[in-house]
Amino acid sequence: MNRREFCKKGLLIAGGLAIPLSALELFNPARLLAEKADKSKTRWVFLVDTHKCVGCGFCVKACKTENEVPYDANVTRTWVERYVITKDGKAHVDSPKGARDGFQSSKLDQNHAGMLEIKEEDIAKAFFVPKLCNQCDNPPCVQVCPVGATYQTEDGVVLVDRKWCIGCGYCVMGCPYGVRFFHPVYHVAEKCNFCYHRISKGMKTTCVEVCPFGARKIGNLKDPNDPVTKVVMNERVNVLKEEYGTKPQVFYLGLTKEVK
Amino acid sequence: MKSHVWRPLYVALGIVAMILVLRMFIVPDDFGAHERGYMYGWHSKGNEAVWQKVSVKYKGGDSCKECHKDNYEDIKNSPHTDISCENCHGPRLEHPKDPIGLNIDRSRQLCLRCHLKLPYKASDRGTMKGINPDTHHPQEQCVLCHYPHNPTREAKK
Amino acid sequence: MVHGEAWTLKEFFVYPNEYIYWSIQIVMYPFMTGLVAGAFVLSSLYHVFGVKQLKDIARFSLVFSFALLPVAMMPLMLHLQQPFRGIEVMMTPHFTSAIAAFGIVFSTYGMIVAGEIWFLYRKYFVDTANELRAKTERNIIDSARLVLYSVLTLGAWDISEHALEADERAVKRLASIGIPVACFLHGYAGFIFGSVKANALWMTPLMPVIFICSAVVSGIALCILTYVITMELRKIIYAWQRKNDPTLPTNEELKSVETHVVIMTCKYLVMFLVLAISLELLDLIFRTYTAVKSWDILRAVIYEKDFFKIFILQYGFGNLIPFIIFLAPGLTVKRAVLGTVMVLIGVFMMRWNVVIGGQAFSGSFSGFMEYIMPIIPHDEETFKEGLFGALLVIITPYVLFFGLSNVVPIFGTKDDAH
Repeated sequence: MNRREFCKKGLLIAGGLAIPLSALELFNPARLLAEKADKSKTRWVFLVDTHKCVGCGFCVKACKTENEVPYDANVTRTWVERYVITKDGKAHVDSPKGARDGFQSSKLDQNHAGMLEIKEEDIAKAFFVPKLCNQCDNPPCVQVCPVGATYQTEDGVVLVDRKWCIGCGYCVMGCPYGVRFFHPVYHVAEKCNFCYHRISKGMKTTCVEVCPFGARKIGNLKDPNDPVTKVVMNERVNVLKEEYGTKPQVFYLGLTKEVK
Repeated sequence: MKSHVWRPLYVALGIVAMILVLRMFIVPDDFGAHERGYMYGWHSKGNEAVWQKVSVKYKGGDSCKECHKDNYEDIKNSPHTDISCENCHGPRLEHPKDPIGLNIDRSRQLCLRCHLKLPYKASDRGTMKGINPDTHHPQEQCVLCHYPHNPTREAKK
Repeated sequence: MVHGEAWTLKEFFVYPNEYIYWSIQIVMYPFMTGLVAGAFVLSSLYHVFGVKQLKDIARFSLVFSFALLPVAMMPLMLHLQQPFRGIEVMMTPHFTSAIAAFGIVFSTYGMIVAGEIWFLYRKYFVDTANELRAKTERNIIDSARLVLYSVLTLGAWDISEHALEADERAVKRLASIGIPVACFLHGYAGFIFGSVKANALWMTPLMPVIFICSAVVSGIALCILTYVITMELRKIIYAWQRKNDPTLPTNEELKSVETHVVIMTCKYLVMFLVLAISLELLDLIFRTYTAVKSWDILRAVIYEKDFFKIFILQYGFGNLIPFIIFLAPGLTVKRAVLGTVMVLIGVFMMRWNVVIGGQAFSGSFSGFMEYIMPIIPHDEETFKEGLFGALLVIITPYVLFFGLSNVVPIFGTKDDAH
C-alpha cells in the first residue's frame, strides 16, 4: 500500500483505539439486567432545613472529631455557610474555618479581603446553609478517578479507598460542590461519607446526632415510611447545582437562588 | 516472523507481561466492577468493610443519663433540652474507662456559638436570645452567672 | 498546613476545602509533553515525508524526544501525593477517566519512540559491539560497554543491505503511527481539562483542539530553535574539522541551507499560530456573548486578575509580536530565533492560564484564589510544587540527553546510511 493509504488506515486504527472501555458499559447486558433488579434495600438520603440552622457549628466540630480530621487543619468534611443579603440585592457569604467554631463575629470573614461589617439596617435577610457531600447518583468524582480508588457502594455512599488513592486530585477538581480535599495526615483524597461506620450499624451520622435544632436529618429513600423520605417526596425541596446533572441526594428546605 | 523488525514489539509485550504479573501481587483479588458497574463501582470490595469498622466516638447524649441523672434531668427540663451532652463535653468514647473524665468546656466561645446576637430574620437564629460580646461582660466566662444545664436558673456558686 | 494552603491566597468567599491543588507541576506536564510530541513530529517530517534538509536534525530531535519522555513523567511524580502508587494507573485503569487512558497512550508513545531509536541506531550498536569484541585487551569500561551494546542489539546482528532496508521501512512505519498517537497525547491532555464540568473555565469542547494546536506550535517552535542551535554547533565543529579536511562545506554554504529551512518552517509555524489563536479567541468571544452564570467571575479573572498574563504575555508576547516578526519582510535566522523563543513563552503561558487560571476563582463564583508560587522551598512540598521543582524538570532532559549522547551518537556517524 502507498503512504496515503497507510496514513488513513493508521488514523482509523488509532481512532478506534481511543474509544474508552466504558463505552462497553452502555451495552453491557448483565449490568442492564442488574439495574432492573436493583436489589439494594437502602439508598441513603439527607435532608437539610436551612430555616432551622442557626450556625452554631457543633456539627462541624463533632464531625472532625468522629472522623479523625485534624482539628486545626483548614479542611473539613462538612461546613456551614452564612449568607447575608443586603437591601441592594448583593449576597455576602462567609464560612470562617468552615464554622468549626461557629460564627464568632457579626462581621463576615472575607479571607484576604478582610472582615466585612454590615449594618443591621442594611440586612434584607440572612441565613445559614450547612453543606456536605451530596453522595450523588451520578458522581463526577468517581467518574474521573483514574485508578478506582473512589467508588460508590450499593446503598449510594461514595467512599475513598485510602490504600489505593494515588493523590492525583482529579476527583477534588471534578466535584462541583467543593466537598473533597486531601487528608493532611494520610495524603489521599478525603470527604464526607455519611459516617458510613455509624449508619451501617443503625446509628445516625454524627452531624445529625449532635445538631440541637434538627436542621440535619438522614434517611433511607427506599423506605416510604421514613420521615425524611416523606418530606423529600411531599414537600418543596431543592438540591444544589442541579444543572450539572450529578443527581445529588442531599435535599434542602429553604434553598434560595443566592446559595452558591 | 523471522525478521528482526519484530524484536522491539517482543520487548514491549514483555513489559506488558511483567505488568500483568506484578498486577497479580499488588492488586487485591476482590478488585472489580461491583454493584454500581464499571463507571461508579470500580473498586476493591473489601474496602467497604474497612470503612464500616471505623471506631465510633460520639455515643449520643442518652447514654449519659444512667450515671449523670441529675445533670441529665436538669438539661432535659430546660430550654437547652435539645443540646446533646457531647456538644459541650466532647465525645464519650469509652468513658468512664477511657477517658476517665470528659472535658468541661467553660469557655465564652462555646456559648457564643448560639448566643452571639445576630439579627438574621430569615433564619431561626434571628429569634434566639443573644448578647453583644463587646458590651456584655466582655472577656468573662458565661458560666460565672449562667447555669448551662438550665439557663433559666442562676449559676451554681 | 494542608496541601495547597501554603501557596493559595483566598479572597472573598471560597469553599473551605478549595485550594490551588493543581499547581506549577501540572502546568509543566502538558508543556513538556508538547515538546516531546513536537520533537517527535519533526523527526517524522524527515522519515515519513522525506524533507531532506531536516535529515541532521531528525536524529537529534528523536533522541531529544526520548530524553524528554521520562521528564514528561517527572511533573506527575512530583505532584502525586502518593507517587509510589503511580503504577496503579497501569494495573486498575478506570477508563472513564481521561487520566487513565492517558497512561496507556503515553506508554504506547514511549514504546514507539524507543522502537524508532532502536531501528535507527541498530547498525551502530552492532558495529560498536563488534569493535569492542575484536579488541584483545578490554578494561572494565570496555567490558561494560560491550555488554551494554550487545544487549541493545536485541540479538539482531545482521547488518546486510536487506536488513538495513528493513530497518528503514520500520522507522518509516513507526514514525507514521507515532504522529496520530502524538495527537492523542495532546487531545487527551485537553480532554482532561475540557471534560471537567465542575470548572467553568476548563469546560469547553474546544479544549482538546486548543491543546493540540498549541502543542504543534510549541513543537515547531522548539524544532526551529534546536535546528538553529544545531547548525551553530555544526559550524563550530566543521570549522575545527576543516583543518584536516578542506572539502567540508564552508560557513556560507551551511548558512544558505539553514536560512531556507528556517524560513520554510516558520511558514508552518505561522499557520498553526493563526489556528491556535483563532480557537482561543473563539472561546473567549462565545463566553462573552452567551454570558452564562459563570461569566461574571470569569470576566473578573480574564480581564482583571489575569489581564497581564493573558493579553500581554500570552496573546501579545506569544502571538502578536511573533506574527509581526515572522510576517514582516526580510526574515532572518536571528529574527526567527527571537520569534520562536517568544512563541515558546507564549505556549507556556497558555498552559499556565488554563491550569492556574481555572483555579483562580472559586466554585462558588463568589471568590478568588491567587497562586503564589513557592520560590525558596522550606519543606518537601514547597520544593516539589515550587520553582525549584519546575527548574528540576527543565534541567533533567539536558542531563539525560548528555547521558544518552554518550551511548548513541547524535550528530551523524562515520557512515551516514540513515
